[in-house]
Amino acid sequence: MKLSAKFATTIAASAVAVAQVASAGTLDDVKARGELKCGVSGGVPGFSAPDDAGRMQGIDAAVCDAIAAAVLGDASKVVFIPLTAKERFTALASGEVDVLSRNTTHTLTREASLGLNFTYYNYIDGQGFMVMKDSGIKSTLELDGASICVQAGTTTELNMADYFRNNNMKFTPVGYETSTQTREGFEGGACDVLTSDKSQLAALSTEMKVGPAGVTILPETISKEPLGPVVRQGDDQWMDIVAMTLYALINAEELGITSGNIDSLKSNPGNPGVARLVGTEGNMGELLGLGADWSYNAIKQVGNYGEIYERTVAKIGIPRAGSVNDLWTRGGILYAPPIR
Amino acid sequence: MIERTRIPLHRDPKVRAMLVQALALIIVIYGFYSLFQTTVDNLVARGIQTGTSFFDEVAPFQIGFSPFFDYKLGESTYIDVFFVGIQNTILVAVLGIIAATLLGFFIGVIRLSPNWLVARGALVYIEIFRNVPLLLQIMFWNFAIFLPTLPAPKKSIEMGAFYLNARGFHTPLPVIEDSAGFAVWMLLLVGLVAGLVIFARRAKVRFQETGQRLPVLWISLVAIVLGGYALYKIAGSPLGFDVPVLGRFNFKGGGQLPLPLFSLWFALTLYTAAFIAENVRAGIQSVSYGQTEAAQALGLSRRDTIRLVTIPQALRVIIPPTISQYLNLTKNSSLAVAVGYEELVAVWAGITLNQTGQALVIIGMTVAVYECLSLFTSFVLNWYNKRIQLTER
Repeated sequence: MKLSAKFATTIAASAVAVAQVASAGTLDDVKARGELKCGVSGGVPGFSAPDDAGRMQGIDAAVCDAIAAAVLGDASKVVFIPLTAKERFTALASGEVDVLSRNTTHTLTREASLGLNFTYYNYIDGQGFMVMKDSGIKSTLELDGASICVQAGTTTELNMADYFRNNNMKFTPVGYETSTQTREGFEGGACDVLTSDKSQLAALSTEMKVGPAGVTILPETISKEPLGPVVRQGDDQWMDIVAMTLYALINAEELGITSGNIDSLKSNPGNPGVARLVGTEGNMGELLGLGADWSYNAIKQVGNYGEIYERTVAKIGIPRAGSVNDLWTRGGILYAPPIR
Repeated sequence: MIERTRIPLHRDPKVRAMLVQALALIIVIYGFYSLFQTTVDNLVARGIQTGTSFFDEVAPFQIGFSPFFDYKLGESTYIDVFFVGIQNTILVAVLGIIAATLLGFFIGVIRLSPNWLVARGALVYIEIFRNVPLLLQIMFWNFAIFLPTLPAPKKSIEMGAFYLNARGFHTPLPVIEDSAGFAVWMLLLVGLVAGLVIFARRAKVRFQETGQRLPVLWISLVAIVLGGYALYKIAGSPLGFDVPVLGRFNFKGGGQLPLPLFSLWFALTLYTAAFIAENVRAGIQSVSYGQTEAAQALGLSRRDTIRLVTIPQALRVIIPPTISQYLNLTKNSSLAVAVGYEELVAVWAGITLNQTGQALVIIGMTVAVYECLSLFTSFVLNWYNKRIQLTER
């Protein structure tokens, strides 16, 4: 009798738990939990990889830090969950993570059929190929018949197939689960070529025994890879929060607000645009369901987009000036809608 | 005559048992129904489309290893990927089961060897491979042993027309050149084998009548090799060989055993053989020593004692747990993704799932495939097990 009563209570409790997951908004969940659950790759230097203190560092991780700062007021309240390319969408759809910030390419199929919403881009990339320098290969068009290491289940795999088909070339894919394994396979000679987004190739080359000097990243870029944070479909408020936090970081750079000068700008904003971003004017935070200092916290604790880039992606040897990832005012294509 | 009082329904054990069972059934059905309904509701609420319409779409990625099906990028569909995956899973499972059985039997037998060193060696082998996680072993062999030690394609280890390098093992492949000659050749070969079967039967009859023994195995082997070669020449050499040739990156043509398959096969074999060896040891030890003594008293040679007395009785104990090992091996092959072998979980539950997002359908089908493979394996082996069980008269 006692046992069955306990059993019934468990059933009832789990039914309630299921109902909660289905109904409550992500914002309320995150606030109630006091932590943001962020899906990252966890193994790509510059994007998300643990530092010597075990803290996740990189441009993807920084986006989650900024969201946590905006929502909870503390950039350290993030639980990073490393996900493989194959696990990531299921993890997001099932609520295992609140936001997926894992160098994920925005495509129609993903947007339309997976129950996901892409927000904006924190890095704009393109796929390339890397070979050992001593192979003497200078162009992707010389790769007919090559074995190519690739991370299984990515858009990379599809672009590669399209590219080789277009150019009437043959290849043998060697698909691994993680990008670390693709590097190990490439280093061990399981394949002649390693393909991935160019930023990742640069990042992986820093981890190789021969170093970046021992490899050649071929000049061709065969695809567009706009990478950015992804949220679940059907929670518009949360999607707005994630997108606007990213926009705030970019706008902050455009307006010259940095983590260093934001306190002095807060007491003396001068420009109304700056005042809205530091939270002394308007009700931007309130409209999003957040505190007035949402963007202040994000910029103060994490830095603006430029600062983040310099301490993450620039470190793996990808300069920003004049590239697509620069601001639109400086010849790039980063263009965030105004915060007003 | 005693008049029996009718038992009230609620105290009738039969009725009560029926009621309880019906209630349990209703609860189970309701459980499944609500699971199904919740899934459907959540899929709709999250805007996830589900269905099987993607089966006939062209798969937008390449598969490198498909020995029996022809996989063509740009033409093959997602459902082809499914079958390629099943094919590769079955291939590594069959290879693994054969190798693990042979190795397991060998280790199990020498584990009981009177030679101290040999017996201890077998024990060390078993304890190492049984106790290290399989995934670790697969990655160890692939990334720590084979990849660093095997040379690049241009410096391949050459053994006649066979080549070994970090991409795998390359062999010449027989090609049928003259199909008419080949048919004749095959027909003669079938005749030869049939003749040998009849010969073996006659030899057995002769042994039972006269006690004289013929070396049937050796005669058969020699007949097949010599006879086969003679027939091959008579039919006008209807087979050519497709020899692997070094291209710009790797060998082209011929047959190939890719390194991921080899690593996986190697690791699965060593791991499962350790378990099978223990089954074999248990089986042999279960046959009482009196049986061996009795056989010796009858004048049977040591070989005949093992072959005719010990093993048949040991098999009764060995087979049932070994079936489980075969099933484990088949399922463990799904760890292949770590080394890039393209079996069912890698290409179907991995790549296809990720590209289409059809988690429910794909995982359901994957589960069903493993279920079918396992049931089929147990069915075959249970049938074999029944045949060799002790028949008591």
